[in-house]
Amino acid sequence: MSAVLQNLVNQPYKHGFVTEIESEVAPKGLNEAVIRMISAKKKEPEWLLTFRLEAYKKWLSMTEPHWQNVKYPKIDFQSISYYSAPKSKKKFASMDEVDPELLRTFEKLGIPLHERAALAGVAVDVIFDSVSVATTYKERLAEVGIIFCSISEAVQKYPDLIKKYLGTVVPVGDNYYAALNSAVFTDGSFCFIPKGVKCPMDLSTYFRINTESSGQFERTLIIAEDGASVSYLEGCTAPRFDTNQLHAAVVELVALDNADIKYSTVQNWYAGDENGIGGIYNFVTKRGLAKGINSRISWTQVETGSAITWKYPSCILRGDNSVGEFYSVAVTNNYQQADTGTKMIHIGKNTRSTIVSKGIAAGHSNSSYRGLVRVTPTADGARNYSQCDSMLIGDQCGAHTFPYIQVRNNSAKVEHEASTSKIGEDQLFYFAQRGIGAEEAVSMIINGFCKDVFQQLPMEFAVEATKLLSFKLEGSVG
Amino acid sequence: MIDKDSKTLLEIRDLHATVNNIEVLKGINLTIKSGEIHAIMGVNGSGKSTLTKVLAGHSAYIVTAGSVMFEGKDLFELEPEERARAGIFLAFQYPIEIPGVANNQFLRLAYNTVQAQRGKEELDPLEFDDFVRDKMKLLEMNPEFLDRSVNEGFSGGEKKRNEILQMALLEPRISILDETDSGLDIDALRIVANGVNQIANKENAIILVTHYQRLLDYIVPDYVHVMESGRIIKTGGKELALALETRGYEWVSAENRTAEGVVS
Repeated sequence: MSAVLQNLVNQPYKHGFVTEIESEVAPKGLNEAVIRMISAKKKEPEWLLTFRLEAYKKWLSMTEPHWQNVKYPKIDFQSISYYSAPKSKKKFASMDEVDPELLRTFEKLGIPLHERAALAGVAVDVIFDSVSVATTYKERLAEVGIIFCSISEAVQKYPDLIKKYLGTVVPVGDNYYAALNSAVFTDGSFCFIPKGVKCPMDLSTYFRINTESSGQFERTLIIAEDGASVSYLEGCTAPRFDTNQLHAAVVELVALDNADIKYSTVQNWYAGDENGIGGIYNFVTKRGLAKGINSRISWTQVETGSAITWKYPSCILRGDNSVGEFYSVAVTNNYQQADTGTKMIHIGKNTRSTIVSKGIAAGHSNSSYRGLVRVTPTADGARNYSQCDSMLIGDQCGAHTFPYIQVRNNSAKVEHEASTSKIGEDQLFYFAQRGIGAEEAVSMIINGFCKDVFQQLPMEFAVEATKLLSFKLEGSVG
Repeated sequence: MIDKDSKTLLEIRDLHATVNNIEVLKGINLTIKSGEIHAIMGVNGSGKSTLTKVLAGHSAYIVTAGSVMFEGKDLFELEPEERARAGIFLAFQYPIEIPGVANNQFLRLAYNTVQAQRGKEELDPLEFDDFVRDKMKLLEMNPEFLDRSVNEGFSGGEKKRNEILQMALLEPRISILDETDSGLDIDALRIVANGVNQIANKENAIILVTHYQRLLDYIVPDYVHVMESGRIIKTGGKELALALETRGYEWVSAENRTAEGVVS
């Protein structure tokens, strides 16, 4: 790869600082006692402890999967700390009582927590290591019956809702990392949109890993009742450490009749350095159940960070006429690896799904799209359209597509398109010959390539994502 | 047109260049003045395309000796995009496709970049739309090309017209047309040539790289240069192209060998 391209794709990570804050960190290692400790710390009801222990038992009986197209050394689960929380004397009654050091951290990350300074029209729940530290606009949302709080708080305040839905979309033994998460999850966000309510603002959770040896295992649960709708955004960053950190989250979405959930992620965990040292292992299970008729679940993700991204936000289209969507941009650079895609499971009649995946690989990185479209015998009239495009920057990276299509109903219509393109010397020369420098050229090409996905993002996020990509793939030219 | 008040735009002296460590240009000398149209002809592999790439600054082509002055400044001091902004334009033999980037966006960015360089007004998307549609008429181009990705799915002729459209927009000092006639049918050739003729004026200069006399029926050159093995071996007027058409390149080549024999 030429020097120009090298410079363009190698940019420092801006969020790699560590906040000096006193934390309560559990000793490293995982056993039943640790799980009981987490549950006790969070004053959880007995049934939740049982849920955790059952998951732990399942996890012990499972083996780590190896079918994915990513490589990493064996993870020592006993060297991870499963609980880390910033120490604070008391519960925060208002934002003004939150540790100023924490507030500064999030302001530095561009997430102002004071409601008067907060992004207009976005309510934010903030997760720092293992715990939720703040949720904005709670009262305003409560006026229309929307519950938006940390999952720990929800366990205390709305145990029936949690008990009813937790683990129904991603069962405790679903897969190795989901089982681990179910055993040790510490916090996350909970949203409940009651019948007929259109959420008046975007809901957002910002995840921050701070402690070096801790893992982050958050759990998000979003319920939209009949006719409800919500747009939810998720952002993530972490400091720069030389060790790899595990992030194994579980996200469950449930959409009842005519409900609509839109879930957008901009993932910018620390990706490791230019030699592939350090970075987050982002092993996440995200799944939405379009349970009711005419329900819709839409995933949009912009994945730029993490040493390894391994996730398949999926839709189970059970309700008749339900709709599943997956729009994804995955950018890998240096030695990053990504194996990401989706699963669309068509069960209801006339269910429809759309998959648009854009993979961009630079440096020595490797990017794979893996997607399953399954049409079950009951899904009369099911339709799927998939489009998977890959773009290579330089000649040391790789792009792969693994589509799995299983159709068991003759009336189904499934389409798959794929393409691979390359930003090469000649394209950049063409731009240059028209007076356009390499930086602007790459930005223009990448934004053009990702357009179909970016236009799915809420406005603020689209701007953010465009900036993030430019930042990741641009730089001063030689 | 040859004009005695004209200024020297480009001065190439003893230019040598290599690509993949093979010397392709072996001492080019050429002076180009404002208002002139030069045709460079020659068989495949004679170094014509290499010369265009070297002038535009493609990184795969390494200059090993000689100099090129552009309006009195050392051309090799400038990066490729700086050369473009300064007024060197290359119409590509094989224009590159850029999927996902709308042609109008690309054209406007190029236009505004060059305008900014010249201290002239930049255009917003609406103003630019009017401006570019006007220029497209010159080349009988359908405005729908504005919304399509740059060169993607364009036919050979459409790509070439898009190149000349860019030339019309950027108003370069020197335009180098690398085999713009190849792959054009006779109607497209006439349209493209007509566009080029309208852009040509006393202030700028045009270099036409071509294999065939055909293009020169439409764009009449002031000088015709014949290249062989990385050198210009013969220079003449318009009539040289006609002679080549009837007698073939071998004739010049043989004449050149004889001439060299006399010298040594």
